[in-house]
Amino acid sequence: MSLIEIRDLHATVDGKEILKGIDLTIEAGEVHAIMGPNGSGKSTLSYVLAGRDGYEVTSGQVLFDGEDLLEMEADERARSGLFLAFQYPVEIPGVATTTFLKTAVNAVREHRGEGALDAMQFLKFVREKAGALNINDDMLRRALNVGFSGGEKKRNEVLQMAVLEPKFAVLDETDSGLDIDALKIVADGVNALRGAERGMLVITHYQRLLDYIVPDHVHILAGGKIIQSGDKTLALELEEKGYASFVGAEAA
Amino acid sequence: MAQPVPFLEDFDAVLPGAGTGWLDRLRADAQEAFRKSGLPTPRTEAWKYTNLRRLARTGFVAAEANQTTEVTTVPEGIVALEDAYVAVFVNGRFAPSLSSLDGLSEGVEATSLAAKLSADRTSLEGQFSDVTDLPMATLNTGLLSDGLYLKLDDGVALDKPLHLVSIGTAGEEPVSFHPRHLIVAGAGSVATIVESHVGSGAYFSNSVSEVSVGDGAVLNHYKLQNEGPEAYHLAANLVRIADRAVYDNFVLQVGGNLARNEIRSELGERVECRLNGAYLACGEQHIDNTTFIDHAAPNSSSREVYKGVLDENARGVFQGKILVRQDSQKTDGHQLNKTLLLSPGTEIDTKPELEIYADDVQCSHGATTGELEEEPLFYLRARGIDPQTARGMLVAAFVGEALDEIQAEAPRAAFQAVVDDWLESRSERQG
Amino acid sequence: MAVSTETLEQVNSIAEDGYKHGFVTDIEQESAPKGLNEDIIRFISAKKEEPEWLLEWRLKAYRHWLTMPEPEWAKVDFPPIDYQDAYYYSAPKSDADKPKSLDEVDPKLLETYEKLGIPLREQEVLAGVAVDAVFDSVSVATTYKKKLEEVGVIFCSFSEAVQEHPELVQKYLGSVVPYADNKHACLNCAVFTDGSFVYIPKGVRCPMELSTYFRINAENTGQFERTLIIADEGSYVSYLEGCTAPQRDEHQLHAAVVELVALDDAEIKYSTVQNWYPGDEEGRGGIYNFVTKRGACRGKNSKIAWTQVETGSAITWKYPSCLLIGDNSVGEFYSVAITANRQQADTGTKMIHIGKNTSSTIISKGISAGRADQSYRGLVKVMASAEGARNFTQCDSLLIGDQCGAHTVPYIETSNPSARVEHEATTAKISEDQLFYCLQRGLSAEEAVSVIVNGFCKEVMKTLPMEFAVEAQKLIGISLEGSVG
Ligand SMILES: Nc1ncnc2c1ncn2[C@@H]1O[C@H](COP(=O)(O)OP(=O)(O)OP(=O)(O)O)[C@@H](O)[C@H]1O
Ligand SMILES: [Mg+2]
Repeated sequence: MSLIEIRDLHATVDGKEILKGIDLTIEAGEVHAIMGPNGSGKSTLSYVLAGRDGYEVTSGQVLFDGEDLLEMEADERARSGLFLAFQYPVEIPGVATTTFLKTAVNAVREHRGEGALDAMQFLKFVREKAGALNINDDMLRRALNVGFSGGEKKRNEVLQMAVLEPKFAVLDETDSGLDIDALKIVADGVNALRGAERGMLVITHYQRLLDYIVPDHVHILAGGKIIQSGDKTLALELEEKGYASFVGAEAA
Repeated sequence: MAQPVPFLEDFDAVLPGAGTGWLDRLRADAQEAFRKSGLPTPRTEAWKYTNLRRLARTGFVAAEANQTTEVTTVPEGIVALEDAYVAVFVNGRFAPSLSSLDGLSEGVEATSLAAKLSADRTSLEGQFSDVTDLPMATLNTGLLSDGLYLKLDDGVALDKPLHLVSIGTAGEEPVSFHPRHLIVAGAGSVATIVESHVGSGAYFSNSVSEVSVGDGAVLNHYKLQNEGPEAYHLAANLVRIADRAVYDNFVLQVGGNLARNEIRSELGERVECRLNGAYLACGEQHIDNTTFIDHAAPNSSSREVYKGVLDENARGVFQGKILVRQDSQKTDGHQLNKTLLLSPGTEIDTKPELEIYADDVQCSHGATTGELEEEPLFYLRARGIDPQTARGMLVAAFVGEALDEIQAEAPRAAFQAVVDDWLESRSERQG
Repeated sequence: MAVSTETLEQVNSIAEDGYKHGFVTDIEQESAPKGLNEDIIRFISAKKEEPEWLLEWRLKAYRHWLTMPEPEWAKVDFPPIDYQDAYYYSAPKSDADKPKSLDEVDPKLLETYEKLGIPLREQEVLAGVAVDAVFDSVSVATTYKKKLEEVGVIFCSFSEAVQEHPELVQKYLGSVVPYADNKHACLNCAVFTDGSFVYIPKGVRCPMELSTYFRINAENTGQFERTLIIADEGSYVSYLEGCTAPQRDEHQLHAAVVELVALDDAEIKYSTVQNWYPGDEEGRGGIYNFVTKRGACRGKNSKIAWTQVETGSAITWKYPSCLLIGDNSVGEFYSVAITANRQQADTGTKMIHIGKNTSSTIISKGISAGRADQSYRGLVKVMASAEGARNFTQCDSLLIGDQCGAHTVPYIETSNPSARVEHEATTAKISEDQLFYCLQRGLSAEEAVSVIVNGFCKEVMKTLPMEFAVEAQKLIGISLEGSVG
């Protein structure tokens, strides 16, 4: 059984068809990368998988660990082990980052039949993970993403992935807005989570991330469809030739 | 007027200090003025959104003349303060047996207005403000009888908060009372005053608090309105803030059938005035917060954050006016009002207002109304948090931004607990 | 461009002279006697050969008007109006009374026209040069008229519409602003003499800005003007009222009514540049501009956008509003109001959300200088039926000098939780830093103020039709001349 299996997925936003038949299968232990021009539907795919309201699936199927993903509510999907690192993480004033993390971690733990962590255990757990990502206590105390820089928001997304320990993670342009050092830190964080049990879908525009997070497969998404798939060399080829040649080829 | 004037007709008890010339005149003039004006109606701009028709129809009798119910303990629902001086009033009358004012340091006088009047009939002459443009406060003056009298001498620091607890109680017959509180904080004094308003039965509390913050004084003044479900609560707060003083006010309204808290503040020079609050309402509750900040002198700053959460069929009103007079240059005045509507039966009427006659100022107001935003909700759910918990977190965070404005730590925690309780019972109601 | 304070004063004083002058030369004309009563109204109606129903409607309004108190809630201050001490009907001025050519017009007035960049032909019309001397513009107007007729757009005077299209007038007149709406509107209903009428048929996109045509024909629209614009399904029209140039006028009280109706998928853009005589520095004279403007978005997906640049009049009392009835309908209000000297303005808008997913935007920029007083007064009301409604309001006030006032009085009433309403308002003085920066780059104080204020108003100005945006921009500068020391 594959970790996630997307079959002929069509989806609309505000009545406009954005995803026009996506087929993609990811096995446990694999990392796939999706690249594609702006507006091609990458984030839309990630939102559809995460179950955001307003993203309507008009046909197709998604099996997650053999279960019908599209039947589940957004929070159920998350508790079942699906994680989305947002391209644009939202700021939530008044909700302290730690409080939020603790609620989320315990919700997920409860679902897995593990006991809730108490305040002390939790703090220790989070600090450990946060340290590796260069996130200090001060950031944890602040309201969720409020006043965080672009890079800090992205690191915070990776921290959440680290503490929630998902089975399958979608990282939507987690590399954008990061300087070189931060990129390494984030990539190390992601690589630390790679494992035989876990699958990842990394959305990016840049080859440079894929130097650090080496993918097993690379796909090009254009106009709501995957128009080409290959191994990691596809990303290099893409960097060299640009999207035009691929998109053109498809149209021809 | 063909109809009998409410509250004055069936009022026959002898008021404390009766027979004192200045006091008799004060009351008589006010009664006369109220007779002429009657209760405000929605045609009065200041009462456009709060209609007293139901209150007028209820047929309240004066509590003083009808004190049948005994209160032996302070009920639940007051602000939980570990360590405080406590002054308890039952239906507007000081209740010494429930109060504890022992150990007040020198330079602090805390007593009841009635006691003060009977001890020295002239002592309070000229201490009451002219309230003729506030009809309900005028009625209060007309029936002025008791309340808290607190005076801090210059430079005195109150070592722990003073907790004013007002308990309303009514049996079969609806009762009304009109407490008048006088708080005088001398120059350079420092104090924290906390008010809790609780009760049960059908009663009408029509209070007036006069607060004078002396030169350079720091006064924290926090109020919880947690009246019983049948209660009417109208309160006028007249605050004069002298030069260089700091006044930190917070009002949390969660109780009552119909409640209105009105604050009028007049600012001296280099004053820091903070009027903040929150209102949480459900059922058929109607909660009104009306504030007026008069920048009467230059170089002062005012800040105002009011946040509301309305559920079921509740109705909220927020009216906030900032006036900057012509000579009040370098004024800094900012106001924010946000209301969350959680259900289709709710209504919020907001009227922020800036009236500005000086040019070198920085003033602003902002107001928003609406339901919880979809984006943060999705973010929380995408992290595995169920919708009800996620909503609860966001509502708490929303109100939290107003609570954060409370400067004194212990009261802030105590008010937070009241909010948490409210949110808790809300989520229980939703089952 | 160095413009002096004197210019403005002189322009003003010319206008004031013109104002006094008007009454004197009126005598030989055919007019109703002074005062207001039912006979006068019958006289007006008879003069205009109106149908019986219209006379009845006028009389009904008049009788109601008698019972109405003066509105007192606005923050404006003026002595009570003596309604009996005014004329309610006079025939248009005869050509004999008018200047024969621009040579006879005060050169200072022409200088201001020049600064605003108004073409010569239009200057003649604005200055009231006798029509037969302006042969060119008449022919221009005729060309426009033909073009409009080709696509079926009706654009004529109100009196003409009453004769030619009585069914349309009867159907829509008073359907947006009922005769009993407010005292000023009610008076207009009783005594209006003329105005404009526009009907855009289904699916027609009006081929030109009605502004151009209007400006050439804008002469003598009168004191109690009435405008009715109907945009039928799927149509579009952009209409510009008023002139950027100072208007000479003889009447002090202007009580106009404008009604707009947009049916399904229709859009109306209504722009106003108001530069009536504001009175002198001490507040003597000047127009009382009491206008009721309201648009009804009756159809689904309909849209009404009001843009106003208000720089004139002694007193402005004006709240262009939108009734958002149709689902998904859109209302917009963009306003710049400048008050200087002793001018007073109480202006704003009402957005009433009734239909589902209706949305409204309010951008108001107020500039107060001298001893002027200005208020933004607005209502955003979301009815329980207005599921998913949206409003965004931004009101900014700028103060120039320490003797003026700026007030903001918004009312926000929401009874639908799915509605999202956001209101922001700020008040501050013109920034010293910005001023200094401009001065350091060699601008004069007046030019600097003009540049900064124009920047402050940009969001609104950019919604004006192109050709007027330039003039309106210059007008802002001229209105504030002499405001900085
Ligand atoms: N609410 C919406 N209504 C209409 N169109 C939308 C909406 N949201 C997204 N779209 C459109 O869907 C298309 C895909 O958007 P998406 O965000 O998925 O692109 P993307 O591939 O992630 O682009 P980027 O590389 O810029 O992040 C775009 O054309 C976008 O404009
Ligand atoms: Mg994207």
